[in-house]
Amino acid sequence: MRFALIWDHLFMVFWAVVFSLIIGLPLGVLTYFYPKARKTILWVVDLFQTIPSLALLGIIMVFLGAGRQTVITGLTLYSLLPIVRNTYLGLREVEPALKEAARGMGMSRSYQLFHVEMPLASPVIFTGIRIAAVNAVGTAVFAIFVGGGGLGSLLYNGIRIQNMSMILKGTGVLMLMAILFDFGMGRIEVLLNRRAAGKTRVSQGCAE
Amino acid sequence: MIQFDHVCKNYGKFHVLNDVTYTIQDGEFAVLIGPSGCGKTTSLKMINRLIEPDSGRILIDGKDVLQQNPVELRRHIGYVIQQIGLFPNMTVAQNISVVPKLLKYDRAKCDETARSLLEMVNLPYDQYGGKYPNELSGGQQQRIGVLRALAASPPVVLMDEPFGALDPMTRETLQDEVKRLQRKLHKTIVFVTHDMGEALKLADTIIFMNGGQVEQIAPPEKMLERPATDLVRSFLGKHRVSDSGPLYVENFMRTNPYTVSRDRGVLECAEKMARSGVDTLLVTDDDDRYLGTISIRDIKLRGKGGQSIEPLISTDVRTVCVGDDAQESVNFLLTSGESYVVVLGPDRTVAGIITKNSMAKVVANTLWGDEK
Amino acid sequence: MSAFFSTYGQMLIRSILIHLKYVVISVSVGFVLGLMLGILLSRLPPKFSAVILPVLSIFQTVPGIVFIGVLFLWIGMIPATTIIALSVYAMFPVLKNTYTGICQVPANYCEAAVGCGMTPTQVMVQVELPLAMPTIIGGLRLSTVYTISWAVLSSMIGLGGLGDFIYQGVSSNNNTLIVAGAIPAAVMAVTAGALIDQLQKRVVPRGLRKEAAK
Repeated sequence: MRFALIWDHLFMVFWAVVFSLIIGLPLGVLTYFYPKARKTILWVVDLFQTIPSLALLGIIMVFLGAGRQTVITGLTLYSLLPIVRNTYLGLREVEPALKEAARGMGMSRSYQLFHVEMPLASPVIFTGIRIAAVNAVGTAVFAIFVGGGGLGSLLYNGIRIQNMSMILKGTGVLMLMAILFDFGMGRIEVLLNRRAAGKTRVSQGCAE
Repeated sequence: MIQFDHVCKNYGKFHVLNDVTYTIQDGEFAVLIGPSGCGKTTSLKMINRLIEPDSGRILIDGKDVLQQNPVELRRHIGYVIQQIGLFPNMTVAQNISVVPKLLKYDRAKCDETARSLLEMVNLPYDQYGGKYPNELSGGQQQRIGVLRALAASPPVVLMDEPFGALDPMTRETLQDEVKRLQRKLHKTIVFVTHDMGEALKLADTIIFMNGGQVEQIAPPEKMLERPATDLVRSFLGKHRVSDSGPLYVENFMRTNPYTVSRDRGVLECAEKMARSGVDTLLVTDDDDRYLGTISIRDIKLRGKGGQSIEPLISTDVRTVCVGDDAQESVNFLLTSGESYVVVLGPDRTVAGIITKNSMAKVVANTLWGDEK
Repeated sequence: MSAFFSTYGQMLIRSILIHLKYVVISVSVGFVLGLMLGILLSRLPPKFSAVILPVLSIFQTVPGIVFIGVLFLWIGMIPATTIIALSVYAMFPVLKNTYTGICQVPANYCEAAVGCGMTPTQVMVQVELPLAMPTIIGGLRLSTVYTISWAVLSSMIGLGGLGDFIYQGVSSNNNTLIVAGAIPAAVMAVTAGALIDQLQKRVVPRGLRKEAAK
């Protein structure tokens, strides 16, 4: 029984992160390109995170009915903030000298975006993904209330039948999952950081 | 009076301070200077006990700093750091009043202190008292930093490379101001810097440190005159040009000028000139003593082939002796239009000639060192 | 619409008030505890931060429901359960942000403060805390928003709050109930967030605010 729950949980987290990347990355780029839109987009995305998770899931459930789809939708919206914000920050913090060099070399805007700015921003963006994933693991606990599965049911049932060990086991698995995500993605981040730094060094060498 | 008595400090195996002993008198502007890592900042921070010695004592007015309550001690010593460190959450007036408040001055006295100090540096209280540090320029901020250190009228003020982060113009203005304030308020200032120019300008006494030891303690003029070690000398470097040492003719001359003996013939002489690429030669007798000069012009005008050069020797060229003051000759060359001055040794042999070229070479060497 | 209000109006208001009560008390307690512990932890030598930060982060991933559940089993169905659980949960963001906020105050300000002759307490009160305030208030905001979120669950253990509506609505498939519970909760969270943002503007010393704007 337990593995099914873990699998459920991971499934929902995974797809939520994927969808929020698909939506969030472009949004992040938009906020970077269009400063006027930035405030609005960030405000909306922040709103989704501020609304209590259960409330958000409840509202979505009204439209989508109970089940995994609600949870994934909710988690996606919930994960947008870290991803959009970090995409924006990451792109913004790319060294202006490099951006200018790229433009000077005759790169088109999109070429520059894909070949210079995004790669250099990738560590920060990845941090956003990491934050989103770890948060999603915790928030997916609410799935049980709207008909999704997941580890939340261990906790919820444990409370209902007053079984402490169930609660603790559920918590333990949750924490372990969060730690693994955090740690594993953290290592990838370090690698990305090194690569980005290398790119910076190389470009600076070339620019000289 | 501040005394360092055989002070030592180690970080692991690294001896930051190695048996350091010196004394700073009341009202003195003492500058600690030396290469990076020489221990000057460590030494400074021991005075207000931010760092404690491993052995030895530091005495202020005869009292060991280690015997005193550190917090109390610091409230009576002013402290200015390079990064300025004005508290961004406080106004200018509040920043200045920090130590007075710690010493429990009442509100009115704090305000008055801030007011008068701000007047002293031309930043009126009404205009600047309520501003926050981030509204001020770097130079203004550091001025306030200095005022904050002076606010409680401490007898001693410590400054750790306070102007290092400022542009040269601001730095100069602030140096003047600090010197003026020190004279006016009779403070003992201990000032750390790595800029020799700054040290020479501000100090009453310079304490030169290297590798955790004191290499020389002297007033600026003495240090310029007599640097104790090569390191001190190299630090002084270009600062030594203006008043260093007496200048004699032999400092400016070129040795081994082209000479010819009196008994040589005209043609031979002309040939030698052509070969050497000069238009005059110095004429010497059999004992190598100076007789005069001969120029190609004279040869052309009055010389006849086969003749000796003797009748053509001219003594118009100015001569000086070794040991004569150089300034006269230099001035002569610059104003008269003559090309050279002959320098004679004590036995009237030729020691060398001073030309405009040789003068330029010497000046260049002194300014920029021997770059051979 | 009016039919809804006549039936449920009073209950809704009561739930909102209970919810508010839980949130206000828990966040207050959590804030004070988090602040104090954060200050204490920041006094430890810097090498400890390598251990402290990950531990704090891990605790933050524990969902609030766990605290509620555990305490429920220990103490039982009394309001104190919710309040204690939520307080502990609210404490962590404040703790972490207080700790990092204080540790990140640039060293030269602390050095200048010590050099002026401030005692460690004075340094903390006059320099470190004011400068760490923006970060600390950021922690408070997180705390508040999360607490409102998890307070919804107190209804799970029968202790009231807006969760009553949502929970019931979900189990009986009654959309009206769900919305009735969800919207006030959402409004509460957004309002609280905005209020704290205002608070942050008030509390942060003017000198710092302008720097952020630079």
